[in-house]
Amino acid sequence: MQKPDIGAMIFQHTGDSKLVELPFGLGEWHLPGPWYIPGTHVDVSPTKHVVFMILAATLVFLTLWYGGRQVARRHREGRGPRGIGAAVEAMVLFVRNDVAIASIGHGGEVFAPYIMTLFFFILYCNLLGLLPWGAAATGNIAVTAGLALTAFLTIEISGFRALGPRGYLKTIVMVPPGMKGIGAVIMAIIMTPVELIGKIVKPFALTLRLFANMTAGHFVILVLLGLIFVFGTAPAAIRYIVAGGSVALTLFMMLLELLVAFLQAYIFALLTSVFIGLMRHEH
Amino acid sequence: MHMLLMLLQAESAAAALNSNALLGAGIGMGLAIIGAGLGIGRIGGQAVEAIARQPEASADIRGAMILTAALVEGATLAALVFALLFKLA
Repeated sequence: MQKPDIGAMIFQHTGDSKLVELPFGLGEWHLPGPWYIPGTHVDVSPTKHVVFMILAATLVFLTLWYGGRQVARRHREGRGPRGIGAAVEAMVLFVRNDVAIASIGHGGEVFAPYIMTLFFFILYCNLLGLLPWGAAATGNIAVTAGLALTAFLTIEISGFRALGPRGYLKTIVMVPPGMKGIGAVIMAIIMTPVELIGKIVKPFALTLRLFANMTAGHFVILVLLGLIFVFGTAPAAIRYIVAGGSVALTLFMMLLELLVAFLQAYIFALLTSVFIGLMRHEH
Repeated sequence: MHMLLMLLQAESAAAALNSNALLGAGIGMGLAIIGAGLGIGRIGGQAVEAIARQPEASADIRGAMILTAALVEGATLAALVFALLFKLA
């Protein structure tokens, strides 16, 4: 019997591809491409993760739009929201008040829509990865790097607007208060690279945290299921024990992944708002 | 027999480089997890202690705990991703 290649199977399931597996045995959808930008070798054709990102964005729009309309209608009638409306209202209020405004400080209302967009988009991407036939677009480092890039631009531009050119320059060329003359010059020369690295590290850490959390969870689930195939030639009694054990552990990991999907969306939104708040209140 | 030995040696020389990289990746992953375990364990322990002392402040403490744990976790996961790169490259 051929030995199963668990490593290749894992990378095939977590990696990006040009092939979308349609649910309920509807076959496969070969995405068009490659579409090169004229004159370059940059391929901009859609892949599996692009399809799931568009799906996540559509679902975010539909559920939040429906929930928002229901909340508004039922409040006009003098009743509390129910069903999807209640869930949407609870989560939106939590992200708006306890994450965005609490972490950014005064003036945080301006950033609440951006933080909520990050939260719900990441949450839906993570949850789509847990569905059968689904794929987690946040398990692709390019997707998380793109999200972190928007966070980086928001942090820096909002800091520039809040502090002004002079104040913003002080966050790069840092001179400790009270230092003058040659000491200030030496400190500025030492601290400027440190401050610049500090600016770059924030979005880098956001990228890797989300990517590695989603990928690691899928790896663990696939390895646990792969154990069944590794023990495929063992005696029947061992096979049953391994299969039962790995299915039970997979169920546990799936529940843990459900928690992680919410937690990572929360942490990405929380850290982005903390960084915006730190930058805006730099003195 | 002689041919077989030569083949084995040629193969093991190529495999040695790969297995050294894998060994490094494994040791690196283990060390990163030791650090993260110590760090996050301490955060969790201190947070539980703080909540036990002052249950009315538990919401603030929980938020600070998750934030700090996420920062520790970020550095750990960077180490794990680079260890994974050793395996792939």
